[in-house]
Amino acid sequence: MRTRQENPARTAWIIVGGLLAAMVLLAGCGSSNDESTSGNELQKLGKGEGSLNLINWAGYVEPEWTKPFEQKTGCKVSPKVAGTSDEMVQLMRTGEYDGVSASGNATARLVEGGDVDPVNVSLVPNYKTVFSDLKNQPYNTFDGKPYGIPHGRGANLLMWNSDLVTPAPKSWNVTLDPKVASKNKGKISQYDDPMSIAEAAVYLKMHNPDLGIEDPYELNEEQFEAAVQLMKEQRSLVGEYWSEAEKQISSFASGDIQVGTTWQYQYFLLKGEGKPVAASPASQGFLPEEGATGWSDTWMISSEAAHPNCMYMWMNWIIEPKANAQVAEYFGEAPAQELACEQTENPNFCTEYHAEEPNFWKRVYYWKTPLADCGNGSEDCKDYNDWVQAWTSIKG
Amino acid sequence: MRLSRRSTILLRVAVGAGLAFIYIPLLVLGIYAFNSSRILEWPPPGLTFEWFPKAIESTARDAFWTSIKVGVAATAIALLLGTLASLAVARHRFFGRETISFLVVLPIALPGIVTGVALNNTFTQVFGIDLSLFTVIVAHATFCIVVVYNNSIARLRRMSSSFEEASADLGATTWQTFRFVTLPNMRSALGAGGLLAFGLSFDEIIVTTFTIGAGEQTLPYWIFSNLFRAQERPIVNAVAVLVVLISIVPVYLAYRLTREDAGDGVDAEATAVP
Amino acid sequence: MSRRLAKLFHGRPRLQVGALLAGPASWLVVGYLGSLALLLIASLWSVNAVSGELVKDFSFENFEALFDEPVYRTIIGRTVLIAALVTLTDAMLAFPIAFYMAKVASRRAKAALVVAVLIPLWSSYLVKVLSWRNMIGGGGLIDWALEPLGLDGPGFGNVAVWLVMSYLWLPYMILPIFAGLERIPDSLISASEDLGAKPFTTFRRVILPLSFPAVVAGSIFTFALTLGDYITPRLVSNNQFIGNVVFNNISNNLPFAAALALVPIVVMVGYLLVARKLGAFEHI
Repeated sequence: MRTRQENPARTAWIIVGGLLAAMVLLAGCGSSNDESTSGNELQKLGKGEGSLNLINWAGYVEPEWTKPFEQKTGCKVSPKVAGTSDEMVQLMRTGEYDGVSASGNATARLVEGGDVDPVNVSLVPNYKTVFSDLKNQPYNTFDGKPYGIPHGRGANLLMWNSDLVTPAPKSWNVTLDPKVASKNKGKISQYDDPMSIAEAAVYLKMHNPDLGIEDPYELNEEQFEAAVQLMKEQRSLVGEYWSEAEKQISSFASGDIQVGTTWQYQYFLLKGEGKPVAASPASQGFLPEEGATGWSDTWMISSEAAHPNCMYMWMNWIIEPKANAQVAEYFGEAPAQELACEQTENPNFCTEYHAEEPNFWKRVYYWKTPLADCGNGSEDCKDYNDWVQAWTSIKG
Repeated sequence: MRLSRRSTILLRVAVGAGLAFIYIPLLVLGIYAFNSSRILEWPPPGLTFEWFPKAIESTARDAFWTSIKVGVAATAIALLLGTLASLAVARHRFFGRETISFLVVLPIALPGIVTGVALNNTFTQVFGIDLSLFTVIVAHATFCIVVVYNNSIARLRRMSSSFEEASADLGATTWQTFRFVTLPNMRSALGAGGLLAFGLSFDEIIVTTFTIGAGEQTLPYWIFSNLFRAQERPIVNAVAVLVVLISIVPVYLAYRLTREDAGDGVDAEATAVP
Repeated sequence: MSRRLAKLFHGRPRLQVGALLAGPASWLVVGYLGSLALLLIASLWSVNAVSGELVKDFSFENFEALFDEPVYRTIIGRTVLIAALVTLTDAMLAFPIAFYMAKVASRRAKAALVVAVLIPLWSSYLVKVLSWRNMIGGGGLIDWALEPLGLDGPGFGNVAVWLVMSYLWLPYMILPIFAGLERIPDSLISASEDLGAKPFTTFRRVILPLSFPAVVAGSIFTFALTLGDYITPRLVSNNQFIGNVVFNNISNNLPFAAALALVPIVVMVGYLLVARKLGAFEHI
């Protein structure tokens, strides 16, 4: 009698277990869900769909130029601020956003992963007057096709508390040379992203020329180990690793942090609050002597965009001379649009920010996805996975 | 229990210290909600009421209602499944009975990030559905089941089945017995379980991050997005204080409900968390 | 209609069980366990570094990476150690409070204390951590309080994580211990006293052993919640815990994140099995 009572329950468990196994098999052995799209660009611009979901860096989608856009096109903008390129890539892969302001260390990954479509630049009239050294670049053009609209470009800044850090630093040694940086022990703020390894590489390019570092994102074993070692030595001096801009702002404001890598967004916000912050001045080209890592950001359209027309309208709007001038002045970066230079409130803005000087940008190393292909024939450079693993080891 | 005077005093001191530990950060939070400056320093330079109306008008309100919706739906599902499971385990013997208790605890015992990633993976890769409030509700219900289950099983174990047997002897069907005998006696345990489940869902952030759709925000998610924005910080503090104040009502309700059945004193087991 | 159903189920307890369990079992086993199993399988895969596409070839390379690179052992060790410390701290803090509530307090005091312990549970987790971040940070309450004593605050770091986690999970420890202590009949304690035991002996030889399963029950939550958290370490320290590394790797390397996520799963399943043996499941 007992066995008869237990059997049906056992049968039930077996059925449930079977369902479970079926589900696992289905998922495990099925083909991958994300098939790369064949790269279809929009052929014709239609009416706006009424809303737009964007992923962007802090300070890129502000009411000052977003509200006029919404009024003009009827596309209601929902921005999502992301702190790192990794976050942006992850969000784009969900397919729930229409576009992203991608830096060079995200663009290649998005294109390879089929998450973005090429841009039909004939539908973006303002593209004609974008600076020519921003077009057809390896970080925004793939297979000969343009994959995005440039937003602007800038360099990562060295920022310090002018009351506490004297004399005014001229070099990255205040955060990267253990002997000099130890004066700021516990008060250094470093960007929490594997890309920070490139900052060490830029530093070593000048101070350790024997390593032969050319491109801080194409590092062979020896060069990579040296850069990683430098960051490991920095670890004990770092007060905080930041990825949310606001987190760094509150740390500088409270005095917990007195020097570190930052973006123009934080710098101008803190200055606006009357905090004693300073960064490399225009006379130095806004850069410490070694140069700096930087970015040249591109608006890309998702291959699964629900509102492609609104996205194209946005891409055209953001390089509208007036809007791009506002964008550039708000954030503090060089505009992408030539005609924006006539629209800036500060008439010398473009000169100060070297917007029209291609040579200046040679000292700025735009973020780029590290790949095994070194570009000079050899394939032994460290790829992005190596950088991510190394960054975990550095932080400890 | 008879304790010496000295022991009683020491015990009282320990309890006082413990309560102080629990409440000081909350009081500090409360004070910051009235802070007149946006920068957090101690002691605060001045006091103001301005953040509270701003909090009520801000986008926190939409997030608040979204949280309520998710909480109610998740609790309803958890109540249903938790009650069913507890009835099965308490009143019957069958193969795999022990495993149910173990299974039910898993979603809560395993790290939130594991549950979140696993469910996200299943939703997007296996079922190919978009993330939305629905997926959040499913995820929340999964770890809320255990709360309802524990509360109702504690009650069922204490309730002798002789009432149900008597009811059956008197000619009631299974459903009638359940409706007129079992359920009324379980009511307060279910109520307490439901309230605790709601509380869990309302405050959850980690699993929510992985299962929520692009345009939606629950209240914890809203708080997280605004956590570091200097302009919004005082409003976040005010929102937090409001949430604590509002939550006193359900906590008190839960406590009253569990007292009802026990008659004398608090029913300790029914308040067992989570 | 309901009479028909009732006739169907009457006298067939196994059918009743089946119907009762159908819902929860499918949800939990197929839905939840299935998702976990998928994650397990994903840990055996790898990923294309650039496109992020999953490469569904089986290999153990993720686990090898976990073993070879010493930083992961450091991170796992740190997480487990802090989880254990938090559990011990909470057990020590919770016991006096729970004991007072269960055995010493008057009826009204007991009710008030229960409510007092439950209210913080309902305050937002994030906000509590933020409040602590403010208190621990430069110029915060802790520095301000320690200044006259000439001491330095702990600052952000492992100590801060331990403090904050002990704070956050304390109610989860108090309530099961309280419930467990309440179940100890007063007559047992009186008997012990009548037999001549001093209060401390009664405590040590009667109360403690009887309430131990409840303590284990509470420890399940303090341990598990600490083991998986990544938000608190991020907000009050620069150190990486298991949850942080999993979180950082989810987007570009899901298989690796899954492999690392297996560690807390294995630890917790083991912990749960031990806890069940110790009778803790009666006290959750």
